Amino acid sequence: MHALEECHAGAAKEFGYPAGFVPGLLDPDRATPALVAGPNGKTADKRYNVYRNNVTVSLIDALATVFPATMRITGEAFFRAMARFHVRETPPTSPLLFEYGRDFPDFIERYDYAQSMPWLADVARIERAWLDAYHAADAATLLPDVLASIPPERLCDVVFEAHPASRIVCSAYPAVTIFSANRASGPVGRIDTTAAESALVTRPMLEVEVRRLSPGADIFLPHLMAVEPLGKAAATASEHCPQFDLATAIGTMLEAGALTAIRHGG
Amino acid sequence: MPKFATHADPAASGTLRFPAHPIDGLAGTSFKHQHLPSILADDGRDGGFFEVHAENYMGAGGPPHAALTRIREDYPVSLHGVCMSIGGPQPLDKVHLGRFAGLVERYEPALVSEHLAWSTHNTTYYNDLLPLPYTEATLRRVIEHIDEVQEVIHRPLLLENPSTYLLFKDSTMSETAFIREIVQRTGCGLLLDVNNVFVSATNHGFSALDYLSDFPLEHVGEIHLAGHAEQEDDEGDLLLIDSHDGPVADAVWKLFDIVIGRCGRIPTLIEWDSAIPDWPVLKGEAQAAQAILDRHAVLRQERIHARA
Repeated sequence: MHALEECHAGAAKEFGYPAGFVPGLLDPDRATPALVAGPNGKTADKRYNVYRNNVTVSLIDALATVFPATMRITGEAFFRAMARFHVRETPPTSPLLFEYGRDFPDFIERYDYAQSMPWLADVARIERAWLDAYHAADAATLLPDVLASIPPERLCDVVFEAHPASRIVCSAYPAVTIFSANRASGPVGRIDTTAAESALVTRPMLEVEVRRLSPGADIFLPHLMAVEPLGKAAATASEHCPQFDLATAIGTMLEAGALTAIRHGG
Repeated sequence: MPKFATHADPAASGTLRFPAHPIDGLAGTSFKHQHLPSILADDGRDGGFFEVHAENYMGAGGPPHAALTRIREDYPVSLHGVCMSIGGPQPLDKVHLGRFAGLVERYEPALVSEHLAWSTHNTTYYNDLLPLPYTEATLRRVIEHIDEVQEVIHRPLLLENPSTYLLFKDSTMSETAFIREIVQRTGCGLLLDVNNVFVSATNHGFSALDYLSDFPLEHVGEIHLAGHAEQEDDEGDLLLIDSHDGPVADAVWKLFDIVIGRCGRIPTLIEWDSAIPDWPVLKGEAQAAQAILDRHAVLRQERIHARA
């Protein structure tokens, strides 16, 4: 159809209205498009501004909905100014607004005025993972007795299937503590910890759950979820993190419902 | 009554997942998840229906589908698409259309609707219902798009009249003539948004009653009512914004009364999408619409008896 349009100059003109209409929607410096007018000879600047405003404000609102803890940390005015830059630089490419904001944490990391909050991007990453978990496919979680029924000598070769909602967000900052304090409605007290915290985000039933992972579990679980055998994933974690405790990591992932099924390795 | 079938035919499909729940003559509201506990606590199942924006249920699973499944068990549901971009010249997004058809199949909605507008250009989604010029060329393209949607969802679509804030210099047809042609050539039905008529009439200085006289009311399968906000245009005149953030205006209720008097008990929805009130307030708006629908049903009966 596009090729057809380009063949017919007349039709191209008839179908040029979106190209003429959109440039000013996210660029306040652009003039009102020449192809529009008000009724009875009226001008259309404020009229066109209604569309500029609808587009920009609704997309900022969409980001505010996805990232409420991030906004609570920065304050609303800071957040909306930051989101406005992002909306103009990276408008959505999917009509599903719950998919929007995947590039926002990286934008926050680069954003000049957010440099004094180096953990802010990771909090935003947890929030983005939270929404992905919220909309992920439903699936039953792995029951502890299924794992317990495996003979010890075969445990090393066991391979798991990750639950569709499971996400891991690694952070060099106390991102989970900051996230949790700011997603709740109560007052946020002083956060004393400076330790690195990685998050495990799951949705075993209908409630999204966010947990702190024990040291090394943030290495172990991604390998496990990438369908590596249990023994190999545990060895990798131990190698990179001497404090890694396998029993704690397995307990956390069972409790969180991070997995759905077990497959015996080949 | 509409001359065409806007409702799913339960007999045509042998495998209904949900009760059929007729929607004729009912008033309903937008479905907001925060209202679900109050709706279920009402326990009335005292009629009514719920409308959802299709896009909010295009995720794979989770609470949105659980909530919609729960509400669909007890009530008729209307599936309202907001970003198919039917009014844009570029081809429809086949993936999006597939998702939309999947929801129609999954939830067996009583009504299915979309907008005469566009929201995507190239690959950017603008999240607004943007206007189009009314010409022979855009008419042909919109007709192609509606034909395609109806083929994929296997049922007629209700097309909603837009609210607009400006006009295209290239337009050669009135909005009502454009819509009449679409209905004739696609067999689609119409979703008449009475607030949109009032907003556009105010913004463009025409009479809402004249617009309704030119509108093919016999093809209307659903009505929308909503609140609007007030701004000013460049000349300092009133410019109404279709904001869906408050109660229905008195003037819009009057127009609604006139429309129902002319075309009978059309399913009517109260749209309220931001600054959402508690459930009793929203329910109260729907009850006000239901009272108007019911009053006209009684008037109709009385006229029939008087003739007999």
